[in-house]
Formats: sequence, C-alpha cells, structure tokens
Amino acid sequence: MTQRTSIKITSEKLSILNCTSFVEDDSCGGIVTFVGTVRNSTQNKKVTLLDFSAYEPMALKEMQKIADTILEKFPIHKIAIHHAVGELQIGDIPVIIAVSSAHRKVAFTACEYAIDTLKETVPIWKKEHFEDGEVWVNSHP
Amino acid sequence: MNFTILFFGITTDLIGRNSLNYTSEEKITIIELKNLLKTEYANLKNMNEFAIAINEEYANDDLIINEGDVVAIIPPVSGG
Repeated sequence: MTQRTSIKITSEKLSILNCTSFVEDDSCGGIVTFVGTVRNSTQNKKVTLLDFSAYEPMALKEMQKIADTILEKFPIHKIAIHHAVGELQIGDIPVIIAVSSAHRKVAFTACEYAIDTLKETVPIWKKEHFEDGEVWVNSHP
Repeated sequence: MNFTILFFGITTDLIGRNSLNYTSEEKITIIELKNLLKTEYANLKNMNEFAIAINEEYANDDLIINEGDVVAIIPPVSGG
C-alpha cells in the first residue's frame, strides 16, 4: 500500500518541494501548503533567532495522529507534515504542511486543521532570542 | 518504585536539568506527583498548568504511575 502520510522532524533545512512532491498525484486537482516562517519581531521587539526543541518520539506520534485524523475526516489524498528543530534564523522555515485532494476546498480546510492542531498538541517548544535576552514562547498564556 | 521524569521547554530552565530518576515509596497518581514536585522545586509552582505524558501519550491527573514509566512534563507547546 502506498504511504499516504509523510511525517518528519529534522535539524536539516525543510524543503517545500519535498512536501509537494510527496503529496502530488494525477487524481488531485490541487495542493494546499502552509509554510511557517520565522518573523523578525514579536510585540514590537526585534527577534534575532528562534530555537526549537521537541520531545521527538512523542511529537512524531502526535503529528502522525493529526495526519491520520485528517485522512479519516476529509477526502484527502495525501498529507505531509514536516517540522524543523534547532536554531532558525529570520525567514527560515520551521514548519511545512502540504495536502492534496481532488477538490481544493477540502484541502484548504484540512491544511488549516493540521496547523491549528499541531500548535495545540505537538510537544515542540520555541525559545525566542532578542538582542537583550530570551524567552520561551507560551502559546497559551 | 522508580520512574523517569523528563523536562521540556521552560521547565528545563526552571530546574536546570532535562531528566530525573524519581523514587517513590508507594504508587502515586500524576496529580500527587505534581504536588510533590511543587514542594520539592519551588520554581515549579505553576506545575498544575503543565500537561503530563506517560510513555509518550498525554495522560490525565488521576492516572497511576507505574514502575519504569517515563513521565514527561509538557509546558504549553509552541511549535509551528
């Protein structure tokens, strides 16, 4: 059986092409991708870099659960969820999600569901580094 | 009874380490462990706001920890 999910955590540079190539298929009318990028400021403070760390074995399991749920809930052909760890500079890519389906609308919905859920459940943390210090980002203060 | 505790995110900085081998006289639940850790490490006063995973699965406060379990302290996640 062809693998329909691609789940990865890596300290290497993420590739958008790898994700879209994995999900593309002749039966699909479109691919929706979400590409997260490191922003240069947070609350008007200049960010110098972000440091991502993960509880890797559990994070991979939680990412796989998101992908499996999506295949169950939506008429999606394939999904790729790749996340980077380690130090990332401004403009670097910490996360890529790519979803392919016969029709576009469901691919948009599934892609949004994937990134929203990832931000809530996957044990990955980022530390923001500023010119004058650093802080762990708390997505649910 | 012995088990391992893993710390992540802000909690590694709060207690200055990534893991701990923990010994308990008797079996305890997650909420009991949270209360013990709060007493032993003043920095972990917000312990009740953190999620817990046992053997890489999220677990509720009333779950009992077993010999050899890996208990992970999961502060609010911020991936993506």
